[in-house]
Amino acid sequence: MSSAPITGAAGTRRRRAPRPLRAGHVFVAGYVILLVAFGIIPTAYGIYFAFTNAGNRFAGLSNFMAAARDFRYLPAVEHVGLYLVIWLIALVVFVTGLALVLHQLPARRTGRTVRFLYYIPGALAGAASVMVWLFMLDPTVSPAAPFLRLLGYGTFSQVIQPGHLAILFAMIAFWTGAGGWIVVMYGALNNIPLDVIEAARIDGAGGWQIAQRIQIPMLRKWIVYMVILAFAVGTQLFVEPQLISEASLGVAGRDYSLNQLSYDFAFQNNNVNYAAAISVELLVICLVVAAVFVTRSRFFDAD
Amino acid sequence: MALVIRAVRGRRHPRPSLTRAVLAVSAAALVATTAGCGSSGSSSGSGNSSGAMRDGFSQAPQSSGPLTVWVDSTRVPAAQAYAKAHPNVKVNIVTYDGDANGSNTLQTKVELYDRTGSGWPDVVFSAENNEASWTVPAGFTAPLNEGLIPSSTLDNFATGALDPCTVDGKVYCLRNDLAMVVLWYNAKLMKQWGYQVPTTWPQYEQLGEEVAKQHPGYIVGNAGDTFTPEIYMWASQCQANNITSIRAVTVNVTSPECTRMASLLDTLIKAGSMSTLSVFSTAFDKNEKGKVLMLPGPAWFGGAVFDSSSGLNTPKGQIAVAAVPQWPGSAAPSTGNVGGGLWLVSAHSTHLTEAVDFATWVTGNNVYQAELAPGYPAYAPAASAWLTNQAKSGYYTDNIAPVLQQAAGQVWSGWGYGTFSQEAIWASTIDPGLTAGKTIVSMLPAWQSAITDHAQADGYQVSSH
Repeated sequence: MSSAPITGAAGTRRRRAPRPLRAGHVFVAGYVILLVAFGIIPTAYGIYFAFTNAGNRFAGLSNFMAAARDFRYLPAVEHVGLYLVIWLIALVVFVTGLALVLHQLPARRTGRTVRFLYYIPGALAGAASVMVWLFMLDPTVSPAAPFLRLLGYGTFSQVIQPGHLAILFAMIAFWTGAGGWIVVMYGALNNIPLDVIEAARIDGAGGWQIAQRIQIPMLRKWIVYMVILAFAVGTQLFVEPQLISEASLGVAGRDYSLNQLSYDFAFQNNNVNYAAAISVELLVICLVVAAVFVTRSRFFDAD
Repeated sequence: MALVIRAVRGRRHPRPSLTRAVLAVSAAALVATTAGCGSSGSSSGSGNSSGAMRDGFSQAPQSSGPLTVWVDSTRVPAAQAYAKAHPNVKVNIVTYDGDANGSNTLQTKVELYDRTGSGWPDVVFSAENNEASWTVPAGFTAPLNEGLIPSSTLDNFATGALDPCTVDGKVYCLRNDLAMVVLWYNAKLMKQWGYQVPTTWPQYEQLGEEVAKQHPGYIVGNAGDTFTPEIYMWASQCQANNITSIRAVTVNVTSPECTRMASLLDTLIKAGSMSTLSVFSTAFDKNEKGKVLMLPGPAWFGGAVFDSSSGLNTPKGQIAVAAVPQWPGSAAPSTGNVGGGLWLVSAHSTHLTEAVDFATWVTGNNVYQAELAPGYPAYAPAASAWLTNQAKSGYYTDNIAPVLQQAAGQVWSGWGYGTFSQEAIWASTIDPGLTAGKTIVSMLPAWQSAITDHAQADGYQVSSH
């Protein structure tokens, strides 16, 4: 939308600093084209669908109202909410904790190996890593079967009971996504000036105190950044429940999340407009939450 | 109203070239997109406008080229057999999940193809019998009895076999096999233990309780599949799925016809002689191998569950078949039905001659249906040949033909074929409760409201009596 003014501005500025600016535009252009083609145009298309009816007439908020009245809507909101609470807490606590532990590891080689291990699951593509979990959760084929039996679960359907799903999906998401964040946090920890840590140590601070008083406060922006992105990904929960649903022949995970409901509206109930309304809701929620986090944490303030 | 919307949306095909052009242009094109949306919307119904009306529908211009056929893994041999018998036709075989268990794959893909205006397969196999309920409003399937296939061929299908395919007198698909429910049993064990094959459900229940006491670990049935209601509830004439018109259904699952069967299942599950595993689960093969005394199930259980190396792999000379038990006092014998696939011919096909030839060949030719097919063919001449072959194989202790032929005509007609999947509803409503130890009787009200909700979401008028 704002592309025209940008090119205009570039034209007037070109005389002053021609070379770096032109190179910058070339570098950014690749991203901008993809962003427009696969980000902005589909979003605009989605918003258009959300506010029109099947006859392409303006429908106001009726799609949003009708989608919210559907019998699957409220349960889906509850499911996603519960899942987000479990997942975000686990992510913040464990990622920060594990990154701190990793940073404290004295031996270089151990540190390198552990870092690599953390990162591996994230290197698998989303759906493939969920497939791994389908096997993990089926006691007849799982390598963790003795553990599952110890908990009293002898069959796949006992493992995937409705009450377990939020925790299971959070576990899967953590396993597939947390490793990358641990590595990012580790990098951020390395950026904390050594003399600050040294000074603390001279003042008599122990490992725990250094983590609590220096490292975690200095990681704050990274944690906020992680929470914003994780929240956006989490509200769009889809692959985990969808694959569990296919694997369990529909016993668990069908219509579990809002994104699945949107998918069902589009392809089962043949109603793209309701589907788009839900997508737009998710977009708005993510934008609002991101805005709150950014302003409350003074994310863009220079140190 | 919903029906009208459905029909309009189904026919809409945005122009793909426009979309592509829009994507190629970068930032400045954003304004143009909004216009693009509008214009694609106004091209409603342009999908087949270039085609000519023939054989009762508007046909796309015909051309030569490979025939694209979608099948599930079980039907791959059918497509391969056709390709082998017709070396001049290039067949492009695509394997998909067969739309089984209410997965909805076919509808999802077809709606995407409807939006892009291309990509439809020419012929599709589906394991779901309810496809006509959405393919007809969406305009995906071609009517077959309006000139494409002669009535002499269609008349050879068993009585009622084409019912799931028929909408307003037009036939929109060909039935692959009949899947009426019968009682499979292990004749060797029954004889050894001195049991009589039950002919009524109370006898069956009593025997189930005896088996649980005298031979713990052995089972007389299975209630852990998505199609469990189609075996037991359908046979019991439970009014869970009485489709009364194209968008109306009567659902009353707390009636005596439903509760009697639900409490029978509860009794036997509690006793331990009714398994709650899926017959296709690895756990079932592992735990129940050699332990199945009786198993009410569709005609294809013989080939797919007992005489199957990926199933129970029961040795030759043990398995026999009987009519499914009846409730005392019911007017006429009734049984259920589990699937029995369909072949659909795309109305968008540009190779209609080959597509129709393929569909009639795989349903009617003995090369596939009599020799290779695992289930009871819906095409009557092929069915006789199939039964002869089954008798020749000597796998069963007795001739299974009379029982299957009789059961084929006894499928209760009060269970219809709606857009919503009864299998998916049962799976998500009843199965988790069973796992948690609840009784089916206690979950019937939840089942009632789940069917009602899903039917209404698909635009059905639901009444409860």
